[in-house]
Amino acid sequence: MNPNQEQLQNMYRTMVSIRHFEETVKREFGKGIIPGFVHLYVGEEAIATGVCTALRPTDKITSTHRGHGHCIAKGCDLKLMMAEIYGKATGLCKGKGGSMHIADVEKGMLGANGIVGGGPPLACGAGLTSLVTKSKDVCVCFFGDGACEQGSFHESANLAAIWNLPVIFVAENNGYAQSTPASYHCAIEDIAERAASYGIPGAVLDGTNVLAIYEATVEAIDRARRGQGPSLLECKTFRHHGHFEGDLQTYKDDAYKISSQGKDPIREFRAEIDAQGWITSEELDAIDQSALKQVEEALAFAESSPFPKVEDVTTDVYVNYR
Amino acid sequence: MPVTTALRTITIAEALNEAIRLEMRADPKIIIMGEDIAGGADVTHLEDDEAWGGVMSVTKGLVHEFGRERVLDTPISEAAFVGAAVGAAATGLRPIAELMFCGFLGSCLDSLLNQGSKLRYMFGGKATVPVTIRTMIGGGFRAAAQHAQTLYPMFASIPGLKVVAPSNAADAKGLLTASLRDDDPVIFCEHIIMYTMKGEVPPGDHCVPIGKAAITKKGKDVTLLGVSMTAVHALTAAQTLKEQNIDAEVIDLRTISPLDEETILESVKKTGRLVIVDESNPLCGLASHIGGVVASQGFQYLRAPVGMVTAPHSPVPFSPVLEDAYLPNPEKIVASVKKVCSY
Repeated sequence: MNPNQEQLQNMYRTMVSIRHFEETVKREFGKGIIPGFVHLYVGEEAIATGVCTALRPTDKITSTHRGHGHCIAKGCDLKLMMAEIYGKATGLCKGKGGSMHIADVEKGMLGANGIVGGGPPLACGAGLTSLVTKSKDVCVCFFGDGACEQGSFHESANLAAIWNLPVIFVAENNGYAQSTPASYHCAIEDIAERAASYGIPGAVLDGTNVLAIYEATVEAIDRARRGQGPSLLECKTFRHHGHFEGDLQTYKDDAYKISSQGKDPIREFRAEIDAQGWITSEELDAIDQSALKQVEEALAFAESSPFPKVEDVTTDVYVNYR
Repeated sequence: MPVTTALRTITIAEALNEAIRLEMRADPKIIIMGEDIAGGADVTHLEDDEAWGGVMSVTKGLVHEFGRERVLDTPISEAAFVGAAVGAAATGLRPIAELMFCGFLGSCLDSLLNQGSKLRYMFGGKATVPVTIRTMIGGGFRAAAQHAQTLYPMFASIPGLKVVAPSNAADAKGLLTASLRDDDPVIFCEHIIMYTMKGEVPPGDHCVPIGKAAITKKGKDVTLLGVSMTAVHALTAAQTLKEQNIDAEVIDLRTISPLDEETILESVKKTGRLVIVDESNPLCGLASHIGGVVASQGFQYLRAPVGMVTAPHSPVPFSPVLEDAYLPNPEKIVASVKKVCSY
């Protein structure tokens, strides 16, 4: 199933929005303004975009500590996202979560997660809800190569397999678990090979090719909605920046640096669009400018928003406690 | 259907079964999962009243009534299925997950510590996690160190969780009902040696509020405070003390988080003496915490130091002689009361 014109435009818009958002966060973080840690998605835009374009609004996703891209691709408001990253009261989580726990449950974004491997069990839960309520919603579980060695991932993949849960496990293999290369921490070359050990379909994909990811996701979603259970899609990609902002990245070898510079998913997509004549250059530039403007507006919103009140420290711990 | 308000005498296991059954009938969003809770996965010939229904028979017959879509045997994957219960709760269901022995918390701590208890807070109040985790606590079964723990202090110290521990059949039904209706994550602690204990239980809808301790015996000389099995021991000790002309007031805590400080302080104000009986380990345990609450908020009421009867700072031993020495019991309570009353 090929994406239509509108979907292609939206894909491009999503990818450049993520890129502009992340580069803006990088710049502002570098000034010492943004509290805590940020983990940037630059270079991996094709995965969140390709996957989320195939989802419907009621479908769910679970995310990682590198969640801004997933958030944007799932349709979260850029202003509210930026405000959350700045710790402001107007943020998506009222400033209570920050970058690593950014979420919009109403949009089906079940949260960035500070725990590597924290998402897969939650995704199984979302899948279980779909089965019991017969909603046919699916849940995409984003996780990195690092999470593939967590027990929680293996347990969740097996559980999803035996219960036929409509979960799509998307491994974003960017080659490094913080500073530890996948070639060291993973006993096998392709994470997708593990799919066989759970009896589910698996595929290795070029994580910089948004259309290939979109197609594979459409297939996996179709299987899941028809009651055929989970899939494991491994997207091989590159993390252009550090694990966190401030990371000197001394562990990255030259080969990785050269490869990652050579593989920019946005540049590749644009080249494909040009070659196929799907959208004009002017239109693409206009989308790019509009996305940048939206990000700038989001930044202004975050900067001018108030911090939460001190009383908010103890609000929303429970629905009701006493 | 005949309506009766007559109390029946049933076991705690039966009372829990009743609570789950009634709530599952009332609310299709409630599902229950755990190891062996149906009859053993894929054993379709046991999908009748003879299916196992859990290691303590608490979930007997549920798969027969509600089917395998709502009553799910799980693999031995606590991290996945407790986490799935959290995820299902966050997306609209009201799941019950059974953590067979509370010591198995070791296998799924992230799901409760970093996910279930914190999602609501981290998401600015925009997530609701109405999950109930039923788990077994306590010793006396000679199950030894890993299977006889009393970990409610660990659960209670985590903001975002509620922790409940009934001591009798009526409260077991009432508090489990309340837990299933509660919109927050609740850890429901069932004591391993109490499942066959009988008590009078109201039929039909019976709900006991979370967060409210019960005065199970009024008295004026000393306050005995217990929870779960130690609330039972406290009542037994109170009988012995009565024969020795000491009139003890007994509080059954029933809920650990939120803690009913008001009831505790009111009682200590009346009696001036407090003995706390707690099966958890003493360092950062429940007794220590309550002692601190009374010392800081009820100091002026105290006529004697706070007495604490707890397990020692050790794992639970296997040999019966050792386990019996480890556990709180009525004799130890009486000895502590004597000491506290000598001031």
